[in-house]
Amino acid sequence: MDVRVRYFASLAERVGRPAETLQVRPGTDVDGLWRMLVERHPSFATLGFRPLVALDMTYADWKQPLNGVREVAFLPPVSGG
Amino acid sequence: MIGLQADPIRVERLLAAVSGDDCGAVALFLGTVREHNAGRRVQHLEYHAYEEMAVAELEKLALGVSERFAVSRVALVHRTGRLAVGEISVAVAVAAAHRQAAIDACRWTIDTLKRTVPIWKKEFFEGGEVWIEGAGRPGE
Repeated sequence: MDVRVRYFASLAERVGRPAETLQVRPGTDVDGLWRMLVERHPSFATLGFRPLVALDMTYADWKQPLNGVREVAFLPPVSGG
Repeated sequence: MIGLQADPIRVERLLAAVSGDDCGAVALFLGTVREHNAGRRVQHLEYHAYEEMAVAELEKLALGVSERFAVSRVALVHRTGRLAVGEISVAVAVAAAHRQAAIDACRWTIDTLKRTVPIWKKEFFEGGEVWIEGAGRPGE
């Protein structure tokens, strides 16, 4: 299944673009997706923080499956205000 | 009045949005860009947002404050884009019948906003630039 991945702030800078679309096997969870992304983007190895994740704009935990999710966003710890 | 904007924040508009004859107190918080941070001299900031989600989180926040405190109206506005030192980055205005609720709600709102809303600040200082990373996680 296709899933759209979005990056923000320092993560987007590391990837070099704000989004990409990936093919993932049904049953993949956030953790599984992240491991695919780390292989694809070696700069993630030196990240220095564990990103937050939002599935269709709601914060989620890493064990949540991606079935039916259209958009996954990986977010550095937020710093608004 | 809840949302993000690239234009400078007009405080009088926030106050007008929350004020009313049913309220005896209005509490206002303004976050402004400071000229120094962690030993660095700040030149300007950039605020970046996951816009659709940030607006949704601001709306959840406004609902949350009404559930927790006896307040009548809340206005929450956060700027995006480039801000100079001294500019207002975020404004929270809360109106309530009585001052305790207004003040407590205002404080809770800005504290929660800083923990949960997907906005990031990038600091440009003499000699470089750095993304500021928050300390908390939304669940905490």
